[in-house]
Amino acid sequence: MHNIKTKQFTFALPPNELMLELGKKLGPITIAYETYGKLNKEKTNAILVTHALSGDAHASGNHEEDDIAGWWDKLIGPGKFIDTNKYFVICSNILGGCKGSTGPASINPNTKKEYATDFPIISIGDIVNVQKELVNNLNIDKLLSVIGGSMGGMQVLQWMVAYPEKIKSAIPVATTMKHTPQQIAFNEVGRQAIISDPNWKKGRYYGSKIPAKGLALARMIGHITYMSDDSMKIKFGRRFKLNKENYKFGAEFEVEGYLHYRGDSFVKRFDPNSYLYITKAMDYFNIVNGKRLGSIFKGLKAKVLVISFKSDWLYPSQQSQKIVKACKLARVKTTYCDISSSYGHDAFLLEVKEEGQIIKHFLNSVLNND
Amino acid sequence: MKGITINNPENLIECKTILNWINEESSVLDLGCGDGELLSLLIKKKRVQAQGIEINQQAIQKCIIKGLNVFQEDIDSGLSDYPEKSLDYVILNQTFQQVKKPAFVLEEALRVSSKTIVGFPNFLHLSSRLKMCFGGKVPVTKSLPYKWFDTPNLHFFSIADFKEYCKIKGINIEETVVISKNKKVRVFPNIFGEIGLFLLSK
Repeated sequence: MHNIKTKQFTFALPPNELMLELGKKLGPITIAYETYGKLNKEKTNAILVTHALSGDAHASGNHEEDDIAGWWDKLIGPGKFIDTNKYFVICSNILGGCKGSTGPASINPNTKKEYATDFPIISIGDIVNVQKELVNNLNIDKLLSVIGGSMGGMQVLQWMVAYPEKIKSAIPVATTMKHTPQQIAFNEVGRQAIISDPNWKKGRYYGSKIPAKGLALARMIGHITYMSDDSMKIKFGRRFKLNKENYKFGAEFEVEGYLHYRGDSFVKRFDPNSYLYITKAMDYFNIVNGKRLGSIFKGLKAKVLVISFKSDWLYPSQQSQKIVKACKLARVKTTYCDISSSYGHDAFLLEVKEEGQIIKHFLNSVLNND
Repeated sequence: MKGITINNPENLIECKTILNWINEESSVLDLGCGDGELLSLLIKKKRVQAQGIEINQQAIQKCIIKGLNVFQEDIDSGLSDYPEKSLDYVILNQTFQQVKKPAFVLEEALRVSSKTIVGFPNFLHLSSRLKMCFGGKVPVTKSLPYKWFDTPNLHFFSIADFKEYCKIKGINIEETVVISKNKKVRVFPNIFGEIGLFLLSK
């Protein structure tokens, strides 16, 4: 498929700016999004896919101008597990992102310069509110499903609590209702790597050198947490890049080379300030917030499929099981699968066969169950 | 774990009995629901709110295909999340003898449900007795089809053992159905019964 195009939707034009959860106003807001498949006449086959920290609107297929497949291309497409011959799939770049949606690198209409750190602090709630505007704009009253992994899963959970009547089902994958101190700690080390890069200049680096070293380092730390001990052993072992050691401080081991490569390639496609804002939104996310577990999803009519992966230590299965427990107590129709995989957190993007089958059958039962 | 296969006529009496015991539109939790055949039947015939718990990934896939709600969890720990008497029925059919701690699981099932249904193979069925006495080996029978080195069954007990246990623990046996060769057994059930089915409450 080479006919995929990223579209844009702009709303919240002054004076009707969007009120953010923390009380500040933001507008105009532009959201980049892609759609795959056709919306049926009854508008009952729409699925919203929500992306993780470094994702974007390009979830499936290839663009004309490049050959980069969408980030969940193995899962979404014609004849695939989320079959776009059957479903109308929407994926948008989140608010605060840097791939076509309004974020810290966008121009602030008041100053005519990039927002940088004047960009307001945003929440997962704001990200979802913006998605809701997009879904409304596409004239869809009720989504067949919202699906996402990791931070995408947080957005799914947010849909479940903020717009329960707007979804027929929800699939939160490898995610959590709130970050643990360990998860916040990893994010903070990533943020500090960016902030302590001299090129960061309090976020006002646009038009000059970007804090590339800091962002690359943040990404390297991230990648360690996305893999598992086993997946690293299988992928790299203790192999050397040049078949021998030369006892210098450089990328000698294959695993070092991989992390450097991941860090360097991330710098070419991601805005450091977006990384700061988005990781903060993840850390602040908390749908438990002192509530009794049984009251979080109370009254939710949607069917829920919770998926975790056994080797995921960044968003371990216990966090998904907590979501399941909250659903159980609220008597929500829930299915839970803990998939065997050695890929760690990355499994939600890589262990597609097992995950895809489950999602496919689940969606089918939701579609046919009226 | 093994669920009931409906197209296997040998299991029909088991299904009919369970169907009879379950009220319309009640809530049912099936522990070790297997492929979800029994739950599907209960939804179709009794419009129950069904939930399954199953550990086997392939079985779960089959449940999802049927549109069932199922948790991939260990039966031994799956009930702790449920409040007291929050379900109408908990079913432990052909899985009770396979759990690590049957006393604990039964106590939990009775705590969270109004009624608990337990079904298990009678270890002291006549054919087992004969094989043990004269064959000198651990019996392999229709209702206990596994060899000693490769069996999911962890506990071996008879219908009489189970009744005695219920008495000691103050568990009410509301109904009992003993089955052999797809027929109800009324005479000497502990000798002629292959499968015991109990409707319990506490």
